[in-house]
Order: sequence, then structure tokens, then C-alpha cells
Amino acid sequence: MHLNEIISMGGYGLYVWTAYSITLLVFGMNLFTAIREKKRVKKTLRHYFSQTS
Amino acid sequence: MLHWFNQHFISLKAFYATSSALLPWLITAFSLCFAYGLIAGLFFAPADYQQGDGFRIIYVHVPSAFTAMAIYAVMAVSGILTLVFRMKIAAICMSVSASIGAWFTFLALVTGAIWGKPMWGTWWIWDARLTSVLILLFLYFGFIALQSVIPDQQSRDRAGAIMAIVGVINLPIIHYSVIWWNTLHQGPTLSKLAAPSIAPDMLHPLLAMIAAFLFFYAVILLLRMRNQIVLREIKTQWVKEVMSHAS
Repeated sequence: MHLNEIISMGGYGLYVWTAYSITLLVFGMNLFTAIREKKRVKKTLRHYFSQTS
Repeated sequence: MLHWFNQHFISLKAFYATSSALLPWLITAFSLCFAYGLIAGLFFAPADYQQGDGFRIIYVHVPSAFTAMAIYAVMAVSGILTLVFRMKIAAICMSVSASIGAWFTFLALVTGAIWGKPMWGTWWIWDARLTSVLILLFLYFGFIALQSVIPDQQSRDRAGAIMAIVGVINLPIIHYSVIWWNTLHQGPTLSKLAAPSIAPDMLHPLLAMIAAFLFFYAVILLLRMRNQIVLREIKTQWVKEVMSHAS
């Protein structure tokens, strides 16, 4: 397979690559959400413990 | 009461430890399946005799639809465990699953539309399969909205559990929609497990991608459940200890 064939995907390149890109984007969003949530929870906990101890 | 509390206190703590041990394995399994599925599906599976290379969208479309439905099934089972056994861990699993499930349903609809345009000539039609999957997305949204307006934790868990259980009726409707009603959507590729209507070279990347999507769900689920566990257990000694070791 040559690079041109991979990009064009037999004429369906735009559809195929858009579908795969959105998939990776959604996976990235989920991972980002989980990591951001962890940071926020840690902050909340640190705040809570600093007030109680 | 004390015994009950003790048991559940232990189970959240135990889950926190177990998930920590599981996560590296799940991440490895996801990476292997995803890498193989992506490369084999995009470059090595033969082109379809009717759809050419356009059929390769199947490797992201079918796994996202499958995972979207599987996540709802997990929510319904968690709902039963929440209602009947008051399992806190099930309630956490249920509410975290909802937003992940909504993402996968969204992905199934979008990749389906992108596949539909070149093959059917339209992004969308109001047929049974597409409409019932859209309803699945609304069920996820409804669940998230319902939980967000109930301030009390226990009421929130129970109301969500009831909604998750009632909504499960949509899963068989989605599955059989392509058989019960006439539609543009093609029939199931995998439901006939004895003889799948797909060549092995095309099938193996598909199975790998389905596994990869499920592993990815498991990874995100555990990561986010761990966040909710420490939040719910904020007043306990073990969370204090875990956090002091972590930072």
C-alpha cells in the first residue's frame, strides 16, 4: 500500500479518516475528563484535610 | 447497622485497592487490542467487494455501538444491585458509566452518519435502528439530568437505579430493530456467532476493536470510580492515609 492509497482509501478517505479522527477525539476527551476530575478531587480532599486536622 | 456499615465501608476501600492492581493490566490489554485492531482494520483487512475501503468505518462504528449498549446493560445491573442490596459501589459504577455511555452512543451515531452518507446517500433517516439508538442517547442524558437535580446522595442513587432499570427495555429494541422493521441499516454482522457473515480477515480486527473499546471503558470507569470513592469516603481514616501517602 502506498501513502496515496492510504490517504484516499479508494475515494472514501474523507469519510474513513473523519470517523477515525472523531473516535480518537472522543477517547481523548474521556481520558482528559478522568484526569481533570482526579486533580479536582485531590484538591477538594487536600482542602478538606487542611481544615479538619 | 454497624455490621452493614462496616461491610460497605470495607467494600469501597477494597475496591480502591483492587482497581489499583487491575488498571495496569487493563491499560496493557487495551493498548494491544487497539493497536492490532487499528492497524489490521485500516491497512490489512481486504476491501469490501461492495463498499470498497469505505467499509473500514465498521471498525470504529460497530465497537462503539456495541460498547454503548454494553455500558447501559452494566448500568441496569448496577441499578438492581443499588436498589436491592444498597451497594454503594454499584451506585458509583452506575453514575460514572452514564457519561461514558453517552460518549460511546454519540460516537456510534456520528460514525454511523459518516458511514451512511457515502453508502446510503444520507447522513440520517428516521428508521428503527437509528431512532432507537438516538433514544439510548436520550436515556443517558435523562439519567445524567435526573441525578444532577437530586441533592441527596441516597435518593439520587435510587432514582437513577429505577431509571436505569426501566430504560433497559430499549436494548432488545435496538438489537432486533434491523430484523423487526424494514430499514436501510444492514443486518447484524456478529449475532450469528456460529457463522458470522464476515470473512476472518475482516472479523479478527473487528473483534479486537470491540475488546479494545470495552477495555477502554473499563479503564475510564475504574479511574473515575476511584475519584468518586475517595469523595464519598472523605470522612474516613483510610482515605486520609491514602492521600497522605499519595502526595
